[in-house]
Amino acid sequence: MIRVEDLKVTFSPGTVMETRALQGVTTEIAAGEFVTVIGSNGAGKSTLLNCLTGEVPPTSGRILIDGTDVTAWPAPRRAALAARVFQDPLAGTCEGLTIEENLALAAARGTRRGLAKALSQARRDEFRDKISRLGLNLENRLGDRMGLLSGGQRQAVSLVMATLRPTKILLLDEHTAALDPRMQNFVLELTRDLVEAEKLTTLMVTHSMRQALSLGTRSFMLHEGKVVLDVKGEARARLEVGDLMAMFAKVRGEELDSDSLLLS
Amino acid sequence: MNLVSFLGAIEIGFVYGLVALGVYLSFRILNFPDLTVDGSFPLGAAVAATLIIAGVDPYLATACAVLAGMAAGLVTAVLNLRFGILHLLASILTMIALYSVNLRIMGRPNLALITEPTVLSPFEGLGLSGLYLKPIVGAVVVAVVALLVGWFLITEYGLGMRATGANQRMARAQGIDTARVTGVGMAISNGMVALGGALFAQMNGFADITIGTGTIVVGLAAVIAGEAIFRVKGVVIAVAACIFGSIIYRLAIAFALNADYLGLTSADLNLVTAVLVALALILPGARNPITTLLARRNASRGGGGGA
Repeated sequence: MIRVEDLKVTFSPGTVMETRALQGVTTEIAAGEFVTVIGSNGAGKSTLLNCLTGEVPPTSGRILIDGTDVTAWPAPRRAALAARVFQDPLAGTCEGLTIEENLALAAARGTRRGLAKALSQARRDEFRDKISRLGLNLENRLGDRMGLLSGGQRQAVSLVMATLRPTKILLLDEHTAALDPRMQNFVLELTRDLVEAEKLTTLMVTHSMRQALSLGTRSFMLHEGKVVLDVKGEARARLEVGDLMAMFAKVRGEELDSDSLLLS
Repeated sequence: MNLVSFLGAIEIGFVYGLVALGVYLSFRILNFPDLTVDGSFPLGAAVAATLIIAGVDPYLATACAVLAGMAAGLVTAVLNLRFGILHLLASILTMIALYSVNLRIMGRPNLALITEPTVLSPFEGLGLSGLYLKPIVGAVVVAVVALLVGWFLITEYGLGMRATGANQRMARAQGIDTARVTGVGMAISNGMVALGGALFAQMNGFADITIGTGTIVVGLAAVIAGEAIFRVKGVVIAVAACIFGSIIYRLAIAFALNADYLGLTSADLNLVTAVLVALALILPGARNPITTLLARRNASRGGGGGA
């Protein structure tokens, strides 16, 4: 279970550049819940995610994972409890390393790295098995450099990497935003399957309202650093993209004049 | 080129192979342009020479030289990681400080080791002349160190170090303490360079405050030459390429200085080195950091289109 208590983040406090990215977020995410997070640019989605991974230290407030206060843990230590897939396919993998080396890095996430060989035959077999399930014909290319893969293939491998080791929370940062529509669907299906198979607690940031409602079990809408909508269960099932748009417009105090969010 | 200058080039090539390995680790693996080596090479020589003259066992003295080099690397790493000084500048600060430190250690600008025992002494009774002995000992030491480095880079920790240099954000997300790993890598890198300095002093019979000048350029020249010749794919081959690069570079220098029609003297050494490195970076096909970056960008673009 993930608990966030009155989380506040202020960038450059006391200057003209002062940005209050999070202004008191309190929530609890139960084990196995799949939360989708929407909100306009600057609403605090990425900051919330970065707080959970430890990349951004909160100005005040606490983060508890399974009752342990991890607020002060730096990102590398937090990695034992939180796995992450980045928006940019280049960010989540090392292009100069091979596919299997990338997987080996992820297979040791949150463990002590010693002087044992990173790639044993047993591990290679495990990787081949996991990668073959993607159906992308990558299982015979494990020795290829990651840089040779397309963005979609890299995101698919990133997802496998994030789920190689048990994790308390899986954090997805608009991980399909940089992909073409076909790969987007593929990666979303893969996300759904992996999350269900491993019963992962998941937080997915997305720009697409349709994705936010069709995936997961619960949805947040963030606005100006606050959670302005938190729906799950039947109330969520009844929600349509149009309702969400109306709510979105209401909190922003203005009518949205474009369909870009609806169509994305 | 006669046999003496040929074997001399091989010998010095092996010694600077250690420098090349250190430079490979900092520049290529950690992506940390480290000029500390201009200070840690003479530091290794100074520590080893001073201790040997004081009566310390040459092997122990060499070990101390390695530790001193590791400390120097750590200082640079801490200046950069803990205090946020730009890596290049941090390494220059350490380098310049080491000039004074080396003078303090030696007590004067140079020390002679002609009559002192060295790491070579135990093998001198085998009947081989120093002419052959030095390159052989150099080869053995470099081979052992290279094997250790090659093995290290395919371990879990070594793989973490490669990720740290390649994509720091990703490495942190995988639970790698990138600051610590960089510190360890810098220590190993400068430890190897100091080992090179300690061997240099014992093989040549002196330690001098000026031997560090241009160490970084020589190391880079070896790394670049190795990469150009081997068209490196894996890390293990890259490690071997550093050493071959170092030897080939030395042979090229010896050839250039020995060719009378070129009219070059040893005073031109640094100029020749700089020109060779510059040419290696300019010539098409060489692994120039900038062209590599461009090629990478094009490759990822092309790959994206083919999805």
